[in-house]
Amino acid sequence: MSNPFLKVENLKKTFPGPRGEPPLTVFENVNFGVEKGEFICVIGHSGCGKSTILNVMAGLDDATDGYVFMDGKEIKGTSLDRGVIFQNHSLLPWKSALSNVIFAVKARWPGWSRDKIRAHAMKYIEMVGLQGAEHRRPSQLSGGMRQRVGIARAFAIEPKLLLMDEPFGALDALTRGTIQDELLDIWSKTNQTVFMITHDVDEAILLSDRILLMTNGPNAQVAEAVEVDIPRPRTRETLIKHDQYYQIRNHLVDFLVRRSKELSGKVTDTQTVRVGGADEGSASAGNDDSRQAAAGGS
Amino acid sequence: MLANVNVRAAIVSIAILAVLLIAWEASVPGGAIGGDEELSEYEMLTGGGSTSGSSIPAPSAVISHAITELSDPFYDRGTNDKGIGTQLLYSVGRVLTGYGFAVLLAVPLGFVIGMSPVMQKALNPYIQVLRPISPLAWMPLALFIIQDSIKSAIFVIFICSIWPILVNTAFGVASVKKDLLNVAKTLELSPLKTAITVILPAAAPTILTGMRIAVGISWLVIVAAEMLVGGTGIGYYVWNEWNNLDLTSVIFSILMIGVVGMILDTLLASATRMVQYAD
Repeated sequence: MSNPFLKVENLKKTFPGPRGEPPLTVFENVNFGVEKGEFICVIGHSGCGKSTILNVMAGLDDATDGYVFMDGKEIKGTSLDRGVIFQNHSLLPWKSALSNVIFAVKARWPGWSRDKIRAHAMKYIEMVGLQGAEHRRPSQLSGGMRQRVGIARAFAIEPKLLLMDEPFGALDALTRGTIQDELLDIWSKTNQTVFMITHDVDEAILLSDRILLMTNGPNAQVAEAVEVDIPRPRTRETLIKHDQYYQIRNHLVDFLVRRSKELSGKVTDTQTVRVGGADEGSASAGNDDSRQAAAGGS
Repeated sequence: MLANVNVRAAIVSIAILAVLLIAWEASVPGGAIGGDEELSEYEMLTGGGSTSGSSIPAPSAVISHAITELSDPFYDRGTNDKGIGTQLLYSVGRVLTGYGFAVLLAVPLGFVIGMSPVMQKALNPYIQVLRPISPLAWMPLALFIIQDSIKSAIFVIFICSIWPILVNTAFGVASVKKDLLNVAKTLELSPLKTAITVILPAAAPTILTGMRIAVGISWLVIVAAEMLVGGTGIGYYVWNEWNNLDLTSVIFSILMIGVVGMILDTLLASATRMVQYAD
């Protein structure tokens, strides 16, 4: 973590307490780096401040303390270099799918000719498989298709960093699976750096190079950065047959159901964890528990 | 369930109209006003004609009067003899002028109030005090300051149109979804560009609803205003015909006021539909 592309340093967010009570620190001491082209997922329980971290990175929110650097420059305010995909598509409802993408492309490259903007936007509409539906308005599209437009819009402006806040949280499991595969496909074609929040352990394993695990709030921290070295290209089909898949999955579930609570407010440094291989002994200690917990939860 | 709903509704509507017209026609004694005979000079001087003249005219009389009036609606033969169309045009012209100025002022001001919580809090007391004032209460002040009865009527329309447009614009602008504003922010749009390309289309249905309410109120108020200021316009016409005791014309012009009001409302309603979007 000497000088990564994106660097988050000692980030902290405090909200003023209600009448006379001490202020509430949602998260603190958050340190991590993201390399160019990396796909990072963050997992943590609700209320640990994941979304706030993402909003700070996007420039939509201010941290109480700490810094975020991108390309060596501190992040202040929003920028077209940082694209955001929100949980609820956030498309302009009066514009067609294509117009929504064009709207963003036009903002990114105001000097481009109309034809060039259109062609560029159409390329990304096709990339998410929406050709034929590009003239429909968001209300005439299914939830999955809307989120695809959101993805097309975010990728179309070719930001240096793409931030996704639970982009598939509102979709049903089947649609989510399809879009995950598509997202992986687009990502591998564009080499986009992605920072994504999710609640879905399988989604995180499928997509990420590294998974950041956050302890429970208040005073949440990033406890571990789990490296996912399952070879790419990955698909949902081949992923579940890979040896490491269940080890990583169990490690993540164990963290979420047990250790995120135990570690809450205790961690000082983010541990880099590689599940499987050398760590197998220690990781499998919690395996039985977590497997049961996962089974009980589903 | 044989006929579709529209057909059945039309049948019921026509039936109600027929029953009312027949009942009205039957309740009017002696048919058309004035009777068949010419009144003698003496009868006229002593008010002998007023027995039959004071009764409500029959619908047949109103309809035949309407046909005569509508066959030549735009004639102008001096102050007290103008076609119904001419009078309505005067009124519509005044409404649109006052209303137009109100839109020009209230929409931008509504944007400011909707986008700035400070301005909202600062201006709200004034709006709340000024809004419930009957527009006609401004008339004496307007007449004194503007010194022109027609411009005063336009001012009264202006003042009554402002509030619904202002309040609705401010509300529409303030309730634009945070997500859409965040999209505008991440796309680095300037505040002006955000206002035009994101907030305006998002708030347009609410703004147009306010404009629709305003045009309705304006049309209500112009009749009363013209009764006060006189000269021209449908309000003056109604009052003038009342002074002439020509109830046929009064009833006819009441109906015409309704028709024009409906047209104005329909225009704004279809404009609202054009900017409406499904979420």
